[in-house]
Amino acid sequence: MNTYEPHIYELSTPGKHGASLPMLDVPESTLPADLLRQDGLADFPELTEPEVVRHYTRISQRNYSVDTGYYPLGSCTMKWNPKLNEEAARMAGFAAAHPLQDAADAQGALQLIYELQEYLGEIAGFPAVSLQPAAGAHGEFAGILVFRAYHLDRGDHDRVEVLVPTSAHGTNPATAAMTGLKVVEVKGDARGNVDLDDLRAKVSPRTAGMMLTNPNTLGLFDEQIVEICEIVHSVGGLMYGDGANFNAILGIAKPGELGFDFMHYNLHKTFSTPHGGGGPGSGAVGCSAALAPFLPGPVVVKNADGSYALANPEKAIGRMKAFHGNFGMLVRAWTYIRTLGAAGLREVSEMAVLNANYVRVKLKDVYPQAIDRICMHESVLKGQIAGAPKDVRTLDIAKRLIDYGFHPPTIYFPLIVSEALMIEPTETESKQTLDVFIDTMLQIAREAVETPELLHAAPTTAPVRRVDEVRAARQPILRYDREAIARVRSE
Amino acid sequence: MLQAVGVADTADLFVDVPAAKRFPTLNLPAPLSEPELVRELLALSGQNANAHSHTIFLGAGAYNHFVPAAVDQILRRGEFYTAYTPYQPEISQGTLQSIFEYQSLITSLTGMEIANASHYDGATALAEAAIMALNVVRGRRKIVVARNVNPQYRAVLRTYLQALDVTITGDETPGTGVAEALAQVDDQTALVILQSPDFMGQIHDLRGVAEQVQAQGALLCLHFDPIALGLFQTPGQVGADIATAEGQPLGIGLNFGGPYLGIFTTKQKHVHKIAGRIVGITKDVDGQLAYVLTLRAREQDIRRERATSNICTNQALMALASTVYMSLMGKQGMRRVAELCYHRAHYAAAEIAKLPGYRVITPGTFFKEFAVALPRPAAEINAALRSQGIIGGYDLASDEPQLGNAMLLAVTEMTSKADIDRLVGVLGGM
Repeated sequence: MNTYEPHIYELSTPGKHGASLPMLDVPESTLPADLLRQDGLADFPELTEPEVVRHYTRISQRNYSVDTGYYPLGSCTMKWNPKLNEEAARMAGFAAAHPLQDAADAQGALQLIYELQEYLGEIAGFPAVSLQPAAGAHGEFAGILVFRAYHLDRGDHDRVEVLVPTSAHGTNPATAAMTGLKVVEVKGDARGNVDLDDLRAKVSPRTAGMMLTNPNTLGLFDEQIVEICEIVHSVGGLMYGDGANFNAILGIAKPGELGFDFMHYNLHKTFSTPHGGGGPGSGAVGCSAALAPFLPGPVVVKNADGSYALANPEKAIGRMKAFHGNFGMLVRAWTYIRTLGAAGLREVSEMAVLNANYVRVKLKDVYPQAIDRICMHESVLKGQIAGAPKDVRTLDIAKRLIDYGFHPPTIYFPLIVSEALMIEPTETESKQTLDVFIDTMLQIAREAVETPELLHAAPTTAPVRRVDEVRAARQPILRYDREAIARVRSE
Repeated sequence: MLQAVGVADTADLFVDVPAAKRFPTLNLPAPLSEPELVRELLALSGQNANAHSHTIFLGAGAYNHFVPAAVDQILRRGEFYTAYTPYQPEISQGTLQSIFEYQSLITSLTGMEIANASHYDGATALAEAAIMALNVVRGRRKIVVARNVNPQYRAVLRTYLQALDVTITGDETPGTGVAEALAQVDDQTALVILQSPDFMGQIHDLRGVAEQVQAQGALLCLHFDPIALGLFQTPGQVGADIATAEGQPLGIGLNFGGPYLGIFTTKQKHVHKIAGRIVGITKDVDGQLAYVLTLRAREQDIRRERATSNICTNQALMALASTVYMSLMGKQGMRRVAELCYHRAHYAAAEIAKLPGYRVITPGTFFKEFAVALPRPAAEINAALRSQGIIGGYDLASDEPQLGNAMLLAVTEMTSKADIDRLVGVLGGM
């Protein structure tokens, strides 16, 4: 099953086609000869339906996925994607509805959006929600634009800095840069929390706000969160919550009550919509009443007569994309929340945190924990095994896990931990799966000491072995090119 | 497990959360079983008119095109839709190969040199084009955008650029288009954004335009309709520096507005300036060909505040849908779909033009969508159509009020002659 599958262009035979189309039933009109393309799509492939389906089925089998195995992948919450969600999103009234059709013809879709706005607001403690952003980074972009608009609206023109902890996701500083703001890094303390002294030294009348993930990227809940928010608020700054780690605190704490002014939700992490090999996601955003007028629109409102309508917040920063967000993802998240209810969501976080701590305590004597504390939904360990040769790196451990049938954890993140190994079990894995994973990790640690060559050579059971990333970047081949590919083969 | 962790109760795991804020009440509806939820979902879904239950002439950026059954069969494969971002190439060759094939098909379709792995939708692809142009053409802070670019895309462009010191101009005057936009280009202009077919459906003859723009030191971004490229001149032929599109017509359902697909293409020389993921070819240690995410030093997780964009999650599964679609259609199918759209749209326009009080007002050549001046407000006409099971056109009253009573009508390979005749029948009775 793991054999090489040719490129779709190499499977083409002239004259074939794989789709059935209607006959022309109207008179032909004249085509404007000088506006037509000249090449007749010469290099487009020609295949039958069975050829196309077999090709994509075969390459699908060269993928790892949640449906085929366990992802202890920190920061990305690779939980189970319930199958009902997929059926829900494909119902004709959702999947075949046009985004611009009259509101009277779309009441079911609008009601679903409205209810999801309400549910997400309730879960995180925010009075206003917009479902427009298409991904977490898109939600961050919306949030920092809202901060900026809020300050400018108050005549506050000098707030040009965003505080970001050194442990933050890369999207945080990248977002600040897209909004023309300067990133100011804040250090962590010995317990993995934000260093309050450093924070106090760095807030100023120039502070637009702070972007913070809590639980943070060390998998630790920052115990000083209330003080952090107070310090930032004391200079007129706003608190942005990166919701990537929200899976730890559903029904445990509401970010809006902790002092956050704004947050994005990753529906493709916390609320079980599938990752799709990199997307689509959804980066819904929630905020305080003070920021609500600036949210991106349209949002859905409920009229006095009980009907639903699209509306733009009064001082909206604009629209983040065409239409109303990644609606198909919204249907899946709505279905997930309605399946679990309040008690079920709290249980999600309890089990996610219990699983993470179980793995942590079973592994930390062999893989040292970056900061020895009870963790939340994930823990950060180090691939530094006592007695192993120096050239056994975290990368080798990760690749060896592939040979044992696991997706590797997130590695070398957060950047502040050397040889980081970030493990997030999620709540949807059983104790049996976790025990097999733990035993495998301990086995790999023994191999690291006794037979390190096994780790350096790994993986050997995957569709391909370690790849030469430098070559890919140095001589980039970014589209099908028979000669260039032949050259790579022959070298 | 609690014992192993050393706590008596799961609640003890959360002592780091301030006690006063711990375990808040969540006021949510009671949970439902799967059969109960299916019933609720069907009730909500059932309230929405849709392209399966109705005949539809609404477009304006989202189109009812044919989606072959095989597309969704592939999308439903758990190996694709439940996979993570392909950061571990050894166990992500399926996703990586599909993205590489997507990049190949999109460059073949457009005649452009490179394509990235996708943006959120056509509007955000266009906005990212503007950010790239500002980084390529250093020191210039003006973007010219034609009025006949989809108004939602122009709105997103303004959202994206609002915090940067940039002037966006060219689209202020109702009823203007390509020529008026080009007249605004000067030595401060970094990028000119045109759309063809434009928001009114018109296909523009853009030969010579790229040279004209480039002679003034600016870049040209052309927003196109991928279905039109089955027949019409490509952005590559025209010489565009950047070409973007909404990829929804390529095998993706209407989905009430998303998830869709942002197509982004440009010239090879800009490859280090583009946003988003891109897949290349290399070898593994055994010399076997392998696919891998490449040129990663542009991306946020590596470059942080110096990244070309903050984009991380994209629309990979939608790119796969369009890849399977283009593979099924092939050379013949892509052309046939475009021909069906063109001929049926022209038949519809000709029949409507025969009706007293109706006039086709899209100037020049159009493809699958055209604007019609109406004898009565579009809302009244759409209500009459709706009573006959037809979702009518896009009311132009708020975007282009100077046109008076007018709407956009979209006709695709899904619209039969009988559908068109029924539309014309209702319009004629108004």
